[in-house]
Amino acid sequence: MTAGDARGRRFWAGFGVAILVIAGVVSYFASSNPDGLDSATLQGCQVVQTSHGEQLTGSCIAQHAKQHAMAASPLADYALGGHGDTGGLAGIIGAAFVLLIAGGAFWLIARSRSSKS
Amino acid sequence: MSVEFTAMHMSDGIVNAPTSVLFGAIAVVALAVCVWRARTELDERTVPLAGLVAAFIFAVQMINFPILPGVSGHLLGGALAAILVGPYTGALCIAIVLVVQSLLFADGGVTALGTNITNMALIGVAVGYSTAVGLYTLARRRHLDGSVPALGVIGFVSALVGTVCASMGFVIEYAIGGAAATSLGTVVAYLLGTHVLIGIGEGLITAVTVMAVVRSRPDLVYLLRRSRTGAGVAA
Repeated sequence: MTAGDARGRRFWAGFGVAILVIAGVVSYFASSNPDGLDSATLQGCQVVQTSHGEQLTGSCIAQHAKQHAMAASPLADYALGGHGDTGGLAGIIGAAFVLLIAGGAFWLIARSRSSKS
Repeated sequence: MSVEFTAMHMSDGIVNAPTSVLFGAIAVVALAVCVWRARTELDERTVPLAGLVAAFIFAVQMINFPILPGVSGHLLGGALAAILVGPYTGALCIAIVLVVQSLLFADGGVTALGTNITNMALIGVAVGYSTAVGLYTLARRRHLDGSVPALGVIGFVSALVGTVCASMGFVIEYAIGGAAATSLGTVVAYLLGTHVLIGIGEGLITAVTVMAVVRSRPDLVYLLRRSRTGAGVAA
């Protein structure tokens, strides 16, 4: 790693910036409609807005979904402490967390190989 | 009104407890195999890319794009991860993303982790990677393996195929232990239709990302590395 160092640094920096921009900025433009799987589980139901929030009428798979066990997590639903406009920051924290765990795990796996051979 | 952020996977309660336990066990065994086999894919040089690919997939999974009126989709990332860092490491990348999403972001049920990991980290990666290897072999025969656009096409098709098959994982789980009365035929038809569209989005994201990495660091891309050394791992 000598001649290509600047190019190498540009690559890693670019990758990191892309992650920050996607998690921190682009995420605000994401669709909040249910995804393909979620809308499949809603087939047969109507989503009705009531004073208690959204309710499902009819018969569908989603009615069997349970409240999430981690719903009280400080990062639940990609919001810091329930503040809906903090999704970008929550996303950056999540991406950093994934990088830390994945990087650490992969480093340990790679090391276990080199110590063996 | 606040903005909603969602990636959305299977919730708890969609399939019954025995089915959740069954797929939890499948996921644990398969991921243990992945940890073992990932040693052949990872070295000091490729660990940073593997970590960044996991973080990248987490970020991109936040981006739900519209596919039909009122329906969205997001990247699953199986083919993308496998092409860039290898199938075993790639499956671990997706699994780590799913665990963090579920435990920290309440996205995807905790008891549904087994089914979500089976669909996206195991089926999505296995099918996506097998498709990519098949197409890459064809490309090499036609001496197109050095072509960046050809690798984009390979990324697009393998991501599309992997996404559709991953959604069929849900059908298997629902058939075994589905907790509700929607007919299997309805579920299959709806999932196929929506996931072909989601797969096109997934394919575009995968193609753009693979081409960007191939352009600047082809030496790091697993699909290219494995054939160069001739010591590809049989997937």
